[in-house]
Amino acid sequence: MTGPSPVPPAQLLPDHGSARRSSVVRSEGGWPDRSFHWLALLAALTILALIVLVGWELYRGSRLAIHQFGAGFLVSSEWDPVSDVYGALPFIFGTLVSSLIALLIAVPLGVATALFLTEMAPIRLRQPVITVIELLAAVPSVIFGLWGIFVLVPWLRDHLFQWLRTYLGFLPLFRGPIYGPSMLAGGIIVAVMILPIITSVSREILRSVPNLQREAAYALGATHWETIRIAVISYARRGLFGAAVLGLGRALGETMAVTMVIGNRPEISASLLAPGYTLASVVANEFTEATSDLYLNALFELGLVLLAITILVNVIAQLMLRTLAGGSGAKAH
Amino acid sequence: MELAAQLSPGGGRQHWRRGLSRGVAVLMGLSALIVMTPLFLVLYFLIRQGASSLDWNFFTQLPKPAGEPGGGMANAIVGTLELLGMAAAIGVPTGVMGGIYLAEYGSATANYWLRFAADVLNGVPSIVWGMVVYALLVVPFKTFSAYAGGAALGLMMVPLVMRTTEEVLVLVPQSYREAGLALGIARWKIITVIVVKTALKGIVTGVLIALARVAGETAPLLFTALGNNFWNHNLGEPIAALPLQIFAYAISPYDDWHRQAWAGALVLMLLILACNLTVRFFSRERR
Repeated sequence: MTGPSPVPPAQLLPDHGSARRSSVVRSEGGWPDRSFHWLALLAALTILALIVLVGWELYRGSRLAIHQFGAGFLVSSEWDPVSDVYGALPFIFGTLVSSLIALLIAVPLGVATALFLTEMAPIRLRQPVITVIELLAAVPSVIFGLWGIFVLVPWLRDHLFQWLRTYLGFLPLFRGPIYGPSMLAGGIIVAVMILPIITSVSREILRSVPNLQREAAYALGATHWETIRIAVISYARRGLFGAAVLGLGRALGETMAVTMVIGNRPEISASLLAPGYTLASVVANEFTEATSDLYLNALFELGLVLLAITILVNVIAQLMLRTLAGGSGAKAH
Repeated sequence: MELAAQLSPGGGRQHWRRGLSRGVAVLMGLSALIVMTPLFLVLYFLIRQGASSLDWNFFTQLPKPAGEPGGGMANAIVGTLELLGMAAAIGVPTGVMGGIYLAEYGSATANYWLRFAADVLNGVPSIVWGMVVYALLVVPFKTFSAYAGGAALGLMMVPLVMRTTEEVLVLVPQSYREAGLALGIARWKIITVIVVKTALKGIVTGVLIALARVAGETAPLLFTALGNNFWNHNLGEPIAALPLQIFAYAISPYDDWHRQAWAGALVLMLLILACNLTVRFFSRERR
């Protein structure tokens, strides 16, 4: 630094962001300063490099299959490694259906829990409940899978599935033989795994609802629930939707637990009690067994499809959350 | 019922509205209970099924061949720690420096998009990281290796550490930086000695959270670290990891392996809980 530079006070004491940063960068000194700056920039750019790298490597790994099958890959339901014919449809179907089941279970429960935590629960009860939900988020996928195989699936097979077939068997969704490992089991375990993120993001959204909203509703004589419905939910609707989409993004890519309970059969069945297969789990199961180049390329293409779907869903979720939550979005969850 | 409520005179309608409100409150409380239940169920079964198998052998022995009872997961426990060490070596410097850039340098617009990219990158499925590192490090060197496993976990850590680091750096009062500038201290020294040091606890917290998250990852290791039934003496060769071992044992047909899978899961869970509790301890002190 060459003496005190005459920086106007407005630039030294900004309320936030850009002004402060530009003043700081201009005031840098010798080579240690510059190299530190460049090093930091390099690290930050790693993020962009990684995104490009991920997309490029998956594309490079799947070129053979893309060339061989073209767009037909996405709509063909034949998956036959023996005769080297590959189609992604059963896996895309399985991924979408299991994620949809998970959302149907997790969104109402997660949003209701978030509402409970921000609007209803006694203050003393809130922190313990939040802690428990955060710890639930810390349980690794493979442990949920283990628990799924030995506890959840046998219970579902002997109780819930029997009940569903007996009372709702008139729907094609709950017909056919009961195996245990099934699309529904996969959906349920994914629901458990995305509950924490949906709950915590919804909670942040709800906390950003101004108290004025609530007070206005109370002043009109609304009950507790009416206040929540009129003042809170309608105000936060967009953000809550964003939380659900973020949960969808996580559900689509969930691998280990699903692989362990979904049954791993590449078939498209109307029944949720039948086994299914997802994009992520077929890669996990068959990658090291891929004997031919085309087989490996087809698996890479499944990865590419999965990446494309999750990136799209995540971009939508982040856009929805950002415009609402003043630019913070949903960070490291 | 809605109609009846509408038609009835004021008092009855009030009653119905209050009742509905109370009913919804109960439903919300119930959902919170349902959301919490899986954690308790998982922990209960981990302890019930796993605790009895945790003995000296489990921590000191190598896995036995299929069908033979006994043996342990010593190599997998050490392997997981080695993988985490390598992941930290990649993820922590990159993530922390990136976080410094976001908090201290860069224009608001560029940083907005970098943050956006980091959050999107966070949503990339872990299995995809495994495939990418397979193409990058396994194919060229023609072998699965501990390096590849560590790299896969390390790359996953980068966006996580970056975002948490930035968040705590922004909390450091602006006046600290100004005081440094006024004293004529070089910018990089202000950042490392004053800003980062002030926020160090928060940064460590973020790193621990990221480590706890990748410690349980299985999918990125399946075709990078691969797993190994013996000790790994060379990081250029496949290495065992707890999550991989749990997965392999869980889907095997042997009862004794199932028993050990539970025990391994209990150890992994304790490791992760320890990380989380340390974080809680740190962040409580910070406030």
